[in-house]
This record gives sequence, structure tokens and C-alpha cells, in this order.
Amino acid sequence: MGRVVVEVMPKPEILDPQGKAVASALPRLGFYGFTGVRQGKRFELEVDGEVTAEVLEAVRQAAQTLLSNPVIEDVVSVEVQDAGTAAQVQP
Amino acid sequence: MTAASPGAGAGSARIGVVTFPGSLDDRDAARAVRLAGATPVALWHADDDLHGVDAVVLPGGFSYGDYLRAGAISRFAPVMDSLVDAARGGLPVLGICNGFQILCEAHLLPGAMIKNDHRAFVCREQQLSVQNTDTAWTREYALGERITIPLKNQDGQFVADERTLDQLEAQGRVVFRYAGWNPNGSRRDIAGITNEAGNVVGLMPHPEHAVEPGFGPDGPAGPRRGTDGLRFFTSVLGSLVR
Repeated sequence: MGRVVVEVMPKPEILDPQGKAVASALPRLGFYGFTGVRQGKRFELEVDGEVTAEVLEAVRQAAQTLLSNPVIEDVVSVEVQDAGTAAQVQP
Repeated sequence: MTAASPGAGAGSARIGVVTFPGSLDDRDAARAVRLAGATPVALWHADDDLHGVDAVVLPGGFSYGDYLRAGAISRFAPVMDSLVDAARGGLPVLGICNGFQILCEAHLLPGAMIKNDHRAFVCREQQLSVQNTDTAWTREYALGERITIPLKNQDGQFVADERTLDQLEAQGRVVFRYAGWNPNGSRRDIAGITNEAGNVVGLMPHPEHAVEPGFGPDGPAGPRRGTDGLRFFTSVLGSLVR
């Protein structure tokens, strides 16, 4: 089984209300000194078999068209997770 | 029939209202169409046939649970392929709240909606200033007129880059601005916009909830008497019989 991980973040110039909510909750729990929090999304796309160049290209296209909205978000990484790491996250 | 008289031949006009999984205001929108004097036609998200309707309303709600982003999954529903083509060909389309979010995700309108700047759900009777009376959905309003219709959303903050905002302003494509108070942090107080042709309009507030005396916002005529939203629906009838 192959897995591709896509990470999407709100654009730097876009206010991130969710990140702001998390940032304001931190000091209430005694976590001081964090000057900002931004919250993004992580997608794990799984395929049977290996992640071929073709699969990776399809994921890149999906990342730009469905997984992110380029008006407000950037795709910050598209990475193949190797078999060893994938095995470790199995329960 | 109460507040407004529809244009001649309006009764034969058929206005589609699309239902997605999670749409909430489709029945209210259909009711508004009927009160305006036209015939509502129920359209289904999984059916790519628009059934020959004369105009389409994308209603409010939380289609697909707002998963991923508001409107992001609905945009790829079969009905949207036909709708995008028809809208590019001039079919009048009104997107209300979630419908506005879907129109943005479908690139029929520029920009996007993110969470309200104060991070809370907002539900109130909202005053708007009418900025463009040349669209298919606003012909019966007066320029600069203040209207009051309900607003209820979580992801209502309209954002776009400065260049896009400047272009919207320069082309007169800002249709409504929030008046009195900006309830969600929308750039330049923008509550609704249109495409270049003026047939596609999207806005966050809900005109379909202000169409019948007794069930609308409070207004000068008395409590619950506000029907400022009805003219969206009579406007489009006027644009059809033109």
C-alpha cells in the first residue's frame, strides 16, 4: 500500500480565525511564549501498490483543484510516505 | 401574493432550486419563488439536467456538512457542470449563503469565504446597502437603498486579493455592502457580488427569509413585517420577460 501526504495551509496574508482561537487558548492552559498559531490541513491519500509518478501527478492535481482553494490556501507539501513509516502508523 | 406584483407572464416562469445533501433553505427559496409569482422547480444535485428552467437559485445550508471547505464538494456535483455552462451562457443564477460559497468554489464568482473574524456563528437581521441595480436579481431595488434581511452564517467572511477587490469595485460588481455593522470581517464590507455579465449574483444574507409579512424581519411597517427580500425574485422575473 502506498500513501501520499498532502499539507495545505491558509495563505500568510489571510487571517486564520481557527489558528487565532488556538493561540488565545494556549496561555489559559499555561503555555506561554507562543506568538502565533496557524492551523492547516493534512490529507493522507492511499493507493493499492506503489506510488508511481502517475499517481503522484494525480495527487498534485487533486491538491490544486479539490484539496485546496488557491484563493485562500497554499499546498505546502506533497510527499510520498515510505513503506517503513507507513508500517509504523498501522495500529 | 402580497407585497409585490410580478411582471406580465411571470407566472409561466420556472425557477429551479437546487437541493444538495445538507441544503437547508431550499424550501424557503422555492416558497419565495412562488410568492413572487413564478413556478419553483426542484432540482437535484445528482441530476445534471436543469429541466429547462429560466433561472436557478442555489440555496443556503451546509451542503456536504461544509466538509473540506464550505461549498467545495458541492461544486463538483453533476448538476453544477450543467449550471456552470448555463450561467456562462447567461442563465440568471442566485447563490445565497452556502450557494454563494458554491459559486465562488465553482469560479463563477471571484473570492472565497472563510470563518467569521470573530469566530462565532452570527444570526441577525442585517442592513444592506444596494450598490448595483443592473443585475438580473436587483433590478427592482434603488441604488443606495437600505434593505434589511436575515443573515446567519459561520463562514461568511468574504476575502479576495487586493487586485480582485479593486477590479470588483472598478467594474461596479459589488452588489451589496453591509450597512451599520460589518458582521463577519468581510473585505470592504462586501455582502454580495456579481459576475461581469450581471446574471450571476451571490450574497451571504438570506433574501428568501424576508418575503412575507408576518414572517420577515422587524421593520418600519411593524414587527416581522419586513419583505425586503421579495424583490430579488420579482427582479429576475422582470429580467426574463424583458
